[in-house]
This record gives sequence, C-alpha cells and structure tokens, in this order.
Amino acid sequence: MAISNTQALGKSPKPGAFRFKLPAEARIFMVLLGVALIFELLGWIFVGQSFIANKERLIVMILQVSVIGIIAVGVTQIIIMGGIDLSSGSVVALTAMVSASLAQTSDFARAVFPTLTDLPVIAPLAAGLLVGLVCGLINGTVIAKTAIPPFIATLGVMVTARGMAKWYTQGEPISMLSDNYAAIGAGINPVIIFLVTALVFHIILSYTRYGKYTYAIGANRAAARVAGINVNRHLILVYTVAGLLSGLAGVVTSARAVSGQAGMGMMYELDAIAAAVIGGTSLNGGLGKITGTVIGTLILGTMTSGFTFLRIDAYYQEIVKGIIIVVAVVADQYRQRNRRS
Amino acid sequence: MLSLAPEKPLTTALSQPPVAAQQLLIDVQGVRKAFPGVVALDDVSFRLRAGSVHALMGENGAGKSTLMKILAGVYTPDQGVYRLHGREIALTSPLDALENGIAMIHQELNLMPFMSIAENIWIRREPLNRFGLIDHARMYQMTRELFAQLSIELDPQAKVASLSISSRQMVEIARAVSYNSDVLIMDEPTSALTEHEVAHLFRIVRMLREQGKGIIYITHKMNELFEIADEVSVFRDGHFIGCKQVEQLSHDEVIRMMVGREITEMFPKTIVPIGEVALEVSHLTLDGVFHDVSFSLRQGEILGVAGLIGSGRSNVAETLFGVSPASSGQIRINGQPVTIDSPRTAMQHGMAFLTEDRKDTGCFLSLSIQENMQISVLGGDNLQAGFVRQQALDAMCEAMSGTLRVKTPNLDERIENLSGGNQQKVLIGRWLLTNPKILILDEPTRGIDVGAKAEIHKLICKLAGQGVAVIMISSELPEVLGMSDRIMVMHEGRVTGIVDRADATQVSIMTLAAG
Repeated sequence: MAISNTQALGKSPKPGAFRFKLPAEARIFMVLLGVALIFELLGWIFVGQSFIANKERLIVMILQVSVIGIIAVGVTQIIIMGGIDLSSGSVVALTAMVSASLAQTSDFARAVFPTLTDLPVIAPLAAGLLVGLVCGLINGTVIAKTAIPPFIATLGVMVTARGMAKWYTQGEPISMLSDNYAAIGAGINPVIIFLVTALVFHIILSYTRYGKYTYAIGANRAAARVAGINVNRHLILVYTVAGLLSGLAGVVTSARAVSGQAGMGMMYELDAIAAAVIGGTSLNGGLGKITGTVIGTLILGTMTSGFTFLRIDAYYQEIVKGIIIVVAVVADQYRQRNRRS
Repeated sequence: MLSLAPEKPLTTALSQPPVAAQQLLIDVQGVRKAFPGVVALDDVSFRLRAGSVHALMGENGAGKSTLMKILAGVYTPDQGVYRLHGREIALTSPLDALENGIAMIHQELNLMPFMSIAENIWIRREPLNRFGLIDHARMYQMTRELFAQLSIELDPQAKVASLSISSRQMVEIARAVSYNSDVLIMDEPTSALTEHEVAHLFRIVRMLREQGKGIIYITHKMNELFEIADEVSVFRDGHFIGCKQVEQLSHDEVIRMMVGREITEMFPKTIVPIGEVALEVSHLTLDGVFHDVSFSLRQGEILGVAGLIGSGRSNVAETLFGVSPASSGQIRINGQPVTIDSPRTAMQHGMAFLTEDRKDTGCFLSLSIQENMQISVLGGDNLQAGFVRQQALDAMCEAMSGTLRVKTPNLDERIENLSGGNQQKVLIGRWLLTNPKILILDEPTRGIDVGAKAEIHKLICKLAGQGVAVIMISSELPEVLGMSDRIMVMHEGRVTGIVDRADATQVSIMTLAAG
C-alpha cells in the first residue's frame, strides 16, 4: 500500500498531470485574467474601446477595492485559523469616526472635541489603530474564553461597534479634517497601503512561527493543542491582528473621504470574506494564501469596474457577485473532495 | 490465525445444538464483511433463539460490533445468509431492521435532548387528532402505559436533557419495546449504570425474555455474562470461535476462548539496562473518569498499559500530558513534584505524547509532511529574529524521516497522501525532534501494516535503549506482552494490577482487564 502511494505522489509523468501541479494562486490568477478578457471582449463589442488598456481605469479598479483588500488580509488569517470575522465593516465605521474626530482642524467651530484640534497626524492614526486593535482583542478574547462560535461573537461586535459609531456623534458626520490626515487616503496611497500590508503578512504567514501556528490551528485545533501550541493565546492574537487591520482600513476610508460617517464600511466584512474565499482560502481552515486573497480582491474590483464600464446597472453587479461567491465555495469543496478520494 | 484451523471444526460441531427452526429468531450463516484493508468478519455464523439472552463476547476488534451492525441493518454483508423467522432477508437500513422487529440500543445514546421523553419514543409514529395535529395527551398516555409495563418511573413530559444517563437508557429500551420488536440488541448497556440501575435493567431484560423476545447482549463483563445470559458466542479476530450454554462454562474457559490465539508475530524486544525513576504517579484522579492511579516508570523501561476500551487507559495518558489536567494526585518527574496543566508544560518537562487517533488529534491533514513534523520545535534555536530557520528545520526533518524510513518522494507532500503507517512515523518523528525523556505512545501501531509495525516496534526498543522512559498503551495483547517490561492493567477507571514481564500471560492480563 505504501509503495502504490509513493508512485501516486508526484514523479510519475502522467499526461495532464501538469494542470494539477499548478499552485492554487495560479489558477485563481487565470480566473482573474478570464474575467478581464470577457470584459475586454464585451468592451470592444458594446462600448467600442479596450477595457484593460486604460491606465486610469486600472488604478481606479484597484483603488476602490484597496480598503476591502486591507480588511481581507486580516480576515484571511482568521479563516485560515478556522474562524470567521463579521465585525470588520462596523469596526471600519467606528475607527473612521474616532480617528476623524481627532483629525479636525481648529478652523471649524463645531469640532467634536474643540480642545483636541490641529493634532499631529499621528494622533488620529494611533487612535484609529487602537480602536481596531481593541475590537479585535474583544473578538478574540470572547471566542477563546467562552468557546462560543466565532460567528456569534463577531456578530455581537459587529452590531455593537456599528451602534457605537452612530452614538459617537449622535449620527452626525465628522468633517473638516486636516490636510495631513487626508493625505493618508489621497491619490494611490490606499493602493500602496494595501499592497504593503499584503506583502508584510504574506511574509509573516509563510516564514514565522505565527504563520505556522495559524495554519496548524486551522488544520486541526485539537492536534495543535496536543503539539504544544497555546491555542487560546494564538486565537486572541490573530483576531487582534485582524482588528488592527480593520482599524487601518477605517483610517484610510475616513482619510480618503475626508470625513467620518457612521455608515462607512457597510457590508465590507462580506466583501472581504468573499475576496478571501474567491482567492482560495478554505472555510474549513488550514488552507489559504495572502497572494490568493490579493487576486480575489482584484477579481471583485475587476467585476465592479467592468460592470460600470459596460454601463450595466449596479443591481446586476450584486446579483452576479453573489453567484460568483457561491460558485467559488462550491469549487473549493469540490477540490477538497477530489483530493481526498 | 493459522492456529485456528484445527480448532474450528471442533467448535462448530460442539457449539450448535440442534434447534427447531421455529424457535430461531435469527439464523445467520457464513457471513463475511470486509473493509478496505481488513476483513472484519469471516465466515461467521450466529443463531438467536426466542426467549433467550445471547451474549456476544470478544476482545476489542474481534468483530462483535460489525456483526451487530449487520444484524441491525447498518452494514450489508458481503457474503452469507441472514434468516429472520426462517425467512431470508436483506436489510437495507436501521429503519428497515426496526420495521422487521429488530431494535438496537446504541452505546452512544441516540435521543434528542431537547424533546420530551414521549416525543422521543413515538417520533415518526405520533398519534394524531382529527385535525391532523399531534395528540399530546394520548401520546403521554401511551408512554405511561408503556412505562407501567416495564416498571419505569419517569415523567413522559420531561425533557431528555434533564435525565441521567441511566434514565436515558431506560427511555431507549422503552422505545425499542414500543416497536414490539422481537429482537433487541444491547451494546454494553451497563457501562454507565450504577449497581441498582443494573438490577433494574436486568429485571426488564428477564421480563422481555419471558415474553419470548430474543436479546443480544454485548458485554465485556464476566459477572454479567453469568448473571443474565443463557448462551454466549465468542469472537476473535473476525472469526466465530464458538457458541455455548453459559451454565456449561467456567470463567476461565470464556477467557481462553477470547484470547486463545498464539503469538505469531515476533517482537524485537531487547533487554536494556533500567535507570533511575523518571516518572512517579501517585493517586492520580480525574473525577468521573479514573481514580487513584499510581505507578512509577524508570529510564529505559517500557510500561505497557492494557485494558478494554473505556477502561480509562487513554484518559490517564491525556491527563499525564496535560490535555485534561488531573483533579487530584501527584506527578513527580525525576523526583520533583510538577503541575502539568497543559501539553505545553508537559513538553517543558520532557514529555511527548503520540495520541490514539492520528486523524483527530495528530495530523494536520491539509499541511505538508514538513509542517507536520516541525510544528512542536518552532522555538529556541530554530527561531531567528522572529523568523523560522526553515533550512535548518528542513535538514532536521529530512534526517528524521530518513531514520524513520518515511516513504515519500519529498517532505512537501501533504501528509494526507501518506499511508497510515507513514503518517504515524511522521508523528513519531515530530515527537522525537523534541528529544523527549518520557514518551507516551497510545496505540502506536493501530491500523498499520505488519512491516511498518515491526519497524515501529524496533524504534521503540531503540529509544528505550537510549534511556527514554516509555509508556505504551495498546489494545493488542500480543503487542503489550511482547514489548513491555511491566504491564499495568486497567478496568473501569482503576488499576487492577501491575504485572512483571515474566509473570504476564494473555489469560492473566485479560482476567485483570475484565475486572
């Protein structure tokens, strides 16, 4: 039996084996190219111009999903670890409110904190990241200590954080933010922040103990504990990191909009989960890559741009996006089953 | 297995007294059932007479459960004839069996905790009122009548979740009786019951017997066999060994039928110098699971642990390793008292623990062999500025898999693509990389082919020779007898004896294990 196994593994040059040897990310990249090519084709037929060969459009395409991408980098880690985070969108809103309130200029008579205006940009940035970190810490601690399902724990934080974002200014938006703060979200800065974040966590997940433990816990939590991993501490750590990244996303969102609004980040958590799942991260845990998530994020961005480019109604976008998410998960399950048999 | 050949015609001739066909509820002939890699049952015959309690006995893995599942329609046999009331039948599902009058009372209880007793009993058959809605009053009345007949005193409206394990068992039995089943299959029904409750259960069983029902009773307990059973069928390694009237049997004869196998495998046991006491356990207790376990273990010694499933042997290992910390008792390592509250602390004290279930608590199936092997040594010298020193780890794991002869083209393969034996070697490698002083092995060779088994046995002896103190838990008596310096036997959460290698025989160990 052992011998037949070794033969089945790799080396035997079966025809068609090459297709299955591709890393998962390469397959997802093909999907991205496929989606782009479909829009390219439809573009020439219906609009009479190229979809891809347009630098502006490509930048906008990435720009509009950068915030989702930053969140998705955190959510990917949580999903790899076998969890889920529904709170990210609300955390974006709460962070946006708190950091915006500390980024106001003194030119404005009705500042949230009239004594705390014209602060150096580090203040709102640090406050925003701290809010995100605390939200993540709460998620992680509740999940680790009470052993309730992550779905419920983060659902609670989702509702509570959204409520706090509204309560913070009684629903009023926060405006008149400093130029330095606005610069965080200006131009292509969100794209840079997204890609740098992705790169940093790609390295961390691949080459540090933090990354190894994350995959191990997701692959088999009981085995991870027996292997000597402090599972609860690691759970808290990963949820906290994801919270921090949601906080960063909130800062970028408010800086780009040069305002803080309680309605920001609505449904972002679902887009981020979708990006991770489309990018090949398995909801069963133990499988996934940041590179896959980046490509998944770009697929979402391409679809949004493509539909706008073809002047198709936004409603259809959502309909199609929903279908694609389900198809991605079905494909994932199918892959898992195939591997097992 | 070869040793069975001369014995078999003898037992079949002796064991099956002629019975009038109409008295037979179940008559199974020549049943065979194979699973990938193992033949669970081979040419097995079994007869159940009306108005009798028929016990099934055998070691773990003897084939009792497989036979029972065939009788109850969970499995379909590959070969053989299954007659019920003299008619040949082919059951397709447990429901099909139930409708043919065969009810099984499961070891893991199968009740819905948040529904009432009555709802649990009459599910799928609820009495309806004229509006087509469930008539609860009548359902409760039916339940009360059923309970009166069995002298069970429970409120039909009570939620199952609020009941004790024994009451739940009574509900299960009542449900089985409510189907007017002719055959009731009970799988170790007394494992969770107190003496008083056992007496009640036996009263019910006798009553059912007088009503002409046939009861198949699976048990590991000798005293129960002699108290309740009329006949007993013994199984071993998937073979039917014999069927006898209980009154013609002695305690020892039953045990001999159960273990009568020769040790055909050779064990590479080498006698090595025994060193200082490495581990001393006194009065270790995990409330409700095992009690007052005391033993000591020396460097270079292999302590075998035997006992039936549910005897608490694996639980002791889990507690020693901090998976479920002890409620009381003391553990000393190298003479120092220690508190072990998590696997992490156990590892810091130089312990390693190969768990019983590779899939559930061992392998990270979606990860590579490399990741699986290195997971417990990602610290200390193997970290540099927060980064894992992958090259050094690769070299260590490469060398380890060479030593253990893991059969794989490279360590980047997923572990789930390996055979069971190779997976086990990877997990052993994981623990050897931690340089353990005390190695706990729970079923180190379960589900592994003979070749890999011998290699693992050699490895264990080699480690002992290097001064590692080894605890080896195993369901296979020959393995325990062949490998251990001493054998600790457990029964129902207590140590019933610690036997030296020289004094240990299959019969002596089995006698201690049966309590």
